Amino acid sequence: MNAELGQLALILGLLLAFAQFVFPIIGAWRGNSTFMAMGRSAAYGQFVFVSFAFVILTYAFIAQDFSVSYVAYNSNSQLPMLYRFSAVWGAHEGSLLLWVFILNIWTVTVTAVSSRKGSVLPPEFSARVTAVLGLISFGFMLFVIFTSNPFDRFLPSPLEGADLNPLLQDPGLIIHPPMLYMGYVGFAVAFAFAIAALLGGRIDREWVRWTRPWTLLAWSFLTFGIALGSWWAYYELGWGGWWFWDPVENASFMPWLAGTALLHAQSVTEKRGAFIGWTLLLSISAFSLSLLGTFLVRSGVITSVHAFASDPTRGVFILAYLGVVIGGSLALYAFRAPKMITGGGFAWFSRESLILINNLLLTVAVGMVLLGTLYPIIADAFGMGKISVGPPYFGSLFIMLMAPLMMIIPLGAYSRWKQDQIGRVASQLILPLVISAVVAALAAWMLSTGNLRTLTGVFAGCWLITGSLSYAIQRIRRQKRNSLPRSEFAMILAHMGVGVFVIGVSMVETTSTEKHIPMGPGDTFTVAAYEFEFKGTEHVEGPNFSAERGTFMVSKNGKHVTALFPEKRRYRKGQVMTEAALDPGFTRDLYVSLGDPLDNINQRWAVRIYEKPFIRWIWLGTLMMTFGGLIAMSDRRYRMTARAKEKTRLMAEKTSASEVTA
Amino acid sequence: MTPTRKKRMTVVLLILLGVGIAAAIAMTALQENLLYFVSPSDVAADKMPAGRQFRLGGLVKDGSVVRANESLEIHFVVTDGPEDVAVVFNDILPDLFREGQGIIAIGALDTAGVFQADEVLAKHDEEYMPPEVADALEKTGHTVADQNAAAENKP
Repeated sequence: MNAELGQLALILGLLLAFAQFVFPIIGAWRGNSTFMAMGRSAAYGQFVFVSFAFVILTYAFIAQDFSVSYVAYNSNSQLPMLYRFSAVWGAHEGSLLLWVFILNIWTVTVTAVSSRKGSVLPPEFSARVTAVLGLISFGFMLFVIFTSNPFDRFLPSPLEGADLNPLLQDPGLIIHPPMLYMGYVGFAVAFAFAIAALLGGRIDREWVRWTRPWTLLAWSFLTFGIALGSWWAYYELGWGGWWFWDPVENASFMPWLAGTALLHAQSVTEKRGAFIGWTLLLSISAFSLSLLGTFLVRSGVITSVHAFASDPTRGVFILAYLGVVIGGSLALYAFRAPKMITGGGFAWFSRESLILINNLLLTVAVGMVLLGTLYPIIADAFGMGKISVGPPYFGSLFIMLMAPLMMIIPLGAYSRWKQDQIGRVASQLILPLVISAVVAALAAWMLSTGNLRTLTGVFAGCWLITGSLSYAIQRIRRQKRNSLPRSEFAMILAHMGVGVFVIGVSMVETTSTEKHIPMGPGDTFTVAAYEFEFKGTEHVEGPNFSAERGTFMVSKNGKHVTALFPEKRRYRKGQVMTEAALDPGFTRDLYVSLGDPLDNINQRWAVRIYEKPFIRWIWLGTLMMTFGGLIAMSDRRYRMTARAKEKTRLMAEKTSASEVTA
Repeated sequence: MTPTRKKRMTVVLLILLGVGIAAAIAMTALQENLLYFVSPSDVAADKMPAGRQFRLGGLVKDGSVVRANESLEIHFVVTDGPEDVAVVFNDILPDLFREGQGIIAIGALDTAGVFQADEVLAKHDEEYMPPEVADALEKTGHTVADQNAAAENKP
């Protein structure tokens, strides 16, 4: 009975999504405030029904209702309670329901914030935003109900379910998909703001102030979500990599790149009124790439660890939906944007020109990743043979594109809007440059390496960190106060995060030690001054698996460091899983995993032993970027209501004589 | 042209030039990193010269897996029914590698016609059959049915 209620709730949600589109769009067109208000009510109503459906599906997992086909396929009675929650979005149907649910969370938040008392948003504008979000939701819910219904029955009901893919039975996977989707779907808000502005035909710097905090929030979630995915892949997939240029990773990375470009373009639009058309276009692109990502992951057109579901009809539906959303919004853009492009000019060296370079590099990077990801699909469609694109394509091109970007980031913070002298900016960055060169030289000496990739990476990372720090110090001195405006602090933190990330990546990629060797009980092997002694394996039983657990004693110069217990698990339905054992550290990780048993008599195993220097810095850097985004979002100027704004305007007029804005 | 227009033209041209160069570099890099999917029948038809990297796909032939004693070296045969290719791999196999399973091996043929694999992929899913392998098997008249027998154990 419950599943039918969930189904009904979804259908009611679908109808409300349609209402959420139709009423406010007519209301905004006709200036009818009753209709505009109906859009808001529809949005709240839709949220209630979609949440209800989501709760019902979750309950079906907790209560082990195997008469629901989706539950039967992705869960069983031995599945630990924690994973019954994450199993809700463990496969296709549920993850789409999560997509819709998260879109609803964004919609009600945006609607509530923009319709609260004293909001600065014109009612027509927020009505259009609500309408666009309603339309997106309508399309997705059609998709869920007609091609991927999570509430389909499985009758007669089986006594026992299959299993949740064991790869997904991991704490990292409980929060990775929701975070990623919060980011993906969050770009729908920036998209809706862009479309609403295009529909209204009017845009100004105020508009950017409305849309920017939402973009920052979505971007922060996406950054965090991607980082979580990378961290999970590192410890769970059993071969110790942190990024594979896998199509599904690319699918989440492309919106991130476009979103990063968007954030920077928005800052120009906000401060200088320039780049308006470009900002609109990037808002459309970021969300279109999110949709494309969903298409890539969920249509089964690509071969990947993530592509759990494959069903061509779904692919056709998403493709049509994609065509409508992207084609429609680009047509609207082509029609309306030329009339709206304005903005101040700027000299060849200025903050604007540096951000322009940033945007070009990031956009070209999106194009590059897109080409490499779609090329095999296109080649296959045109009968050019089955092709795949090797990771070196992405790796080498990406480094080429990002190296210049890393170099100009500190310049960007220092340089003034509109016009600046390159000499003035450069003279302030001499100290960071010297420090970075010294650190790189020290690294060369300590690691006794002449590897150019390691050293440029360390240099670039230090340059980003010290360049951003020196800007912070100078900025604090100049204003004679011991604090920075939040947006400045956020920028510095995020840019330092990029530096930390770059150091982590270049150290891991060029100085890791990776050994694959056969080992029997009692054997020892030395990796990067750490001695690993294999004590053999023992059989252990888990809640829904049985495993061979190895014991490795790790010592350095005769001193005990740690004991590691990697496992080889066999789940109920026969799936074999490698559980790596890690000893994390600030400057290095030790990583051991069991390959396959080589022979049963001597208990010998194929073993992976890795030492990965500075790998934690990769995730530390991304966390700094995430917090940077969140802090920037909380800047005072985005939270102002109409009245507060009037007050500051009056105050600004009083003191405007001597004030110079940054 | 007014000076402003001239300046704008220069900027636009520079951007176009930059994008053009980037596109050219990207296409070159793409060409260098393309890996073709090749079936054992294609190998038998001498479609791949020795030393050229490609992705070999097929089923691991039953009873063909032989391990070395003192190293990780492993020998097995990849088949698509009519044709076989001998493969050598000197690293750790993925969890789902076993006889009768569909796999993809990345590497190149040596002069003796043995496939030297640098990487072996088998997916983390019992029912999984790489689509390329399934296609290639269908071409040679093999069915995927026995491979998917596991799927029927599902509820």
